[in-house]
Amino acid sequence: TKLPATPNPNYGKGLKPTSYQDVTHYNNFYEFGTSKSDPSENAWRLKTEPWTVEVEGLVHKKKTFDIDQLMKLRPLEDRVYRFRCVEAWSMVIPWVGYSLSELIKACDPLSTARYVQFISVDRPNQEPGIMSVNIPWPYSEGLRMDEAMHPLTLLTLGLYGEALPNQSGAPVRVIVPWKYGFKSAKSIVKIRFVKNQPPTTWNLIAPNEYGFYSNVNPNVDHTPWSQARERVIGAPIWKQLQPTQMFNGYADEVAGLYKGMNLNTYY
Amino acid sequence: MKVLVHLACLLPIAWLVYAGFENNLGPDPTHTVTFFTGRSTLRLLAITLAISPVRKLIPKLGWLIRFRRLVGLYAFFYACLHLLTYVWLYAGFSLAAMEQDISQRRFIVAGLAAWLLMVPLALTSTNWSIRKLGGKNWNRLHKLTYAAAIAGLVHYWWGVKPGVTTPMFLTLLIGGLLLARPVVKAIREGKNGDRKPPVAVGAEKM
Repeated sequence: TKLPATPNPNYGKGLKPTSYQDVTHYNNFYEFGTSKSDPSENAWRLKTEPWTVEVEGLVHKKKTFDIDQLMKLRPLEDRVYRFRCVEAWSMVIPWVGYSLSELIKACDPLSTARYVQFISVDRPNQEPGIMSVNIPWPYSEGLRMDEAMHPLTLLTLGLYGEALPNQSGAPVRVIVPWKYGFKSAKSIVKIRFVKNQPPTTWNLIAPNEYGFYSNVNPNVDHTPWSQARERVIGAPIWKQLQPTQMFNGYADEVAGLYKGMNLNTYY
Repeated sequence: MKVLVHLACLLPIAWLVYAGFENNLGPDPTHTVTFFTGRSTLRLLAITLAISPVRKLIPKLGWLIRFRRLVGLYAFFYACLHLLTYVWLYAGFSLAAMEQDISQRRFIVAGLAAWLLMVPLALTSTNWSIRKLGGKNWNRLHKLTYAAAIAGLVHYWWGVKPGVTTPMFLTLLIGGLLLARPVVKAIREGKNGDRKPPVAVGAEKM
């Protein structure tokens, strides 16, 4: 379904979007299997209608949104963002949504809420990976409040002008473009405001490798891969390699969030 | 027969080149080529490791031994291609990048170790080398294949993310083939034991 969105010219200047085919057929979405092609093959099983997102925790207005309400909460924008996977590949994706801060403001969190946790859908009968992949479920991610409130952080309902396909995290996800892709939780059913840093899935699996922050950082490597370079998806093989930018190219906007923090310790 | 073995071993690279020309290597061609050449190496190594237990268990298939060196050389060939994909497509021929990788990444070290272990095997794959070294020494040297296969598997496991189990099949296969060696030996010794002439038994009693 086509979404009524207006292009936001502030994002994506000079970026050439990755093809729709590649964006929707090369995915990491372990709920549907660990291979890149598993999500596009298996995600049709997920029932995305009806769908509700519960907002809970340290918040004045505990609410349950359905997708229609989320679609209408604020005007939808087309935003072209870089997307960088921790596996050292990257895409450029035209998302549809609005700043997550709009939703957060509408829920009015308490001053004690310092973090936001996102819980993804957990339905073993619709998501075969939940049975076959041995990691803690449901998928959980989190952001510090100021990261969640940053205008770049997008409550995402679509891509390429259309509703999100299931393999891309339908019906609603977040996109945090300066962090590795796994920080951008998909198919969200709960948004929880909390006092302490929430448990996050990859941090639970391998804390020495996947930190809570997981900002794109060419100077901090992961065990198997250097993060200094990345492979551009859809480019010819001899042109795939390109240097990775600090904060995935969003340093001007977000570096201030981490002032005074040692990013080698808070990776 | 030899032609068939050549063809079978060249088939994967033919497919890869064809898919490359057809622009059919998927959204991440670097990744496709890397995994393809790496897995081909381990598969061919598994075949070389299978030949010895198979011919011992089924003496009729003894002739398989004639192709073991050839398949092993092809395994090395794919290992070289795999190494080349790293040097070119990941490190971009940058010596500094490679140096950093080797000093920091156990995954790269394991892969490089596997390749290095195969080098002396490839170099001594000629008839002349076998004669020069003598069959016994040559066989002993070529037991390095076991170490290369194990290093290759370790490299594979260290290269995938937690939760990914794609290396499992090759691990079980190669693990099984390595374990098969003492088992086959025990079976054969058991059989030989049965065949001991009664005189010898009597002699032992004396």
